[in-house]
Amino acid sequence: GSAMDLFGDLRRMNKRQLYYQVLNFAMIVSSALMIWKGLIVITGSESPIVVVLSGSMEPAFHRGDLLFLTNFHDDPIRAGEIVVFKVEGRDIPIVHRVIKIHEKENGNIKFLTKGDNNEVDDRGLYKEGQNWLEKKDVVGRARGFLPYVGMVTIIMNDYPKFKYALLAVMGAYVLLKRES
Amino acid sequence: LRKNVEDFTGPRERSDLGFVTFDITADILNGKNAFIFDWNVKQLFLYLSAEYSTKNNALNQVVLWDKIMLRGDNPRLFLKDMKSKYFFFDDGNGLKGNRNVTLTLSWNVVPNAGILPLVTGSGHVSVPFPDTYETTKSY
Repeated sequence: GSAMDLFGDLRRMNKRQLYYQVLNFAMIVSSALMIWKGLIVITGSESPIVVVLSGSMEPAFHRGDLLFLTNFHDDPIRAGEIVVFKVEGRDIPIVHRVIKIHEKENGNIKFLTKGDNNEVDDRGLYKEGQNWLEKKDVVGRARGFLPYVGMVTIIMNDYPKFKYALLAVMGAYVLLKRES
Repeated sequence: LRKNVEDFTGPRERSDLGFVTFDITADILNGKNAFIFDWNVKQLFLYLSAEYSTKNNALNQVVLWDKIMLRGDNPRLFLKDMKSKYFFFDDGNGLKGNRNVTLTLSWNVVPNAGILPLVTGSGHVSVPFPDTYETTKSY
């Protein structure tokens, strides 16, 4: 069986080969992190890829869809745009549409958002006493989208056992992979 | 794209509230002048927004009405006597006597996968708000 073969492989690997495989693994992780950091720099957003968590923007976006964001400083916020924002003090990013803006001559802007699928605007979601969002609350503007792909992260969040199993399988694969 | 509007402002505690009724006749086309729904257009989010300037704020935009059009729906709009879906509150009293409130129809294209463009329709209409408040008109 293949499980016995795996254990056989592990025992026969000498130290040098093991270190080599660990380095390989570390390189893959570093490259992935570099790509992610690069995306953060290029897009100007602290979170350039987000997963849609609720149905408040249906039928456009469903839970599990993936959104690609940019957050260029000079991009003005305009009515109709889809923004991802965080309410002060909360960690969860919300993806809704801008329905009202009031911008002063110096560029200071306050705006109101609402989910397409919600009856009312987002004032109930904002902080106590807060009636408007500001530029600092924005994580990014939704520029592109891929359906379903984000479901993996939702499943990993809701079923941690699945996440550990997936990581174990990935780790085993990389550590035992032979380069010919 | 043609819009006809009738409007009046109503007094509210601190901010002007505008009431607008409108007609919309529009063909939604893509950049190549063909009807917008193609293999990668899942739906459109259409919205009518009012844009204007006031003493308080250099730029104001308020979405008055929106509609979701799914692939398969008719891309030709012929709507009459529509009332705004959302309250048209100003941030202050900038609607009274404002002659330069512009209504524009725009839409957000939602693809099956890919870029999410925001398109503004050609054609817009200016709505002059009256200098006085209405107190008795029912809406």
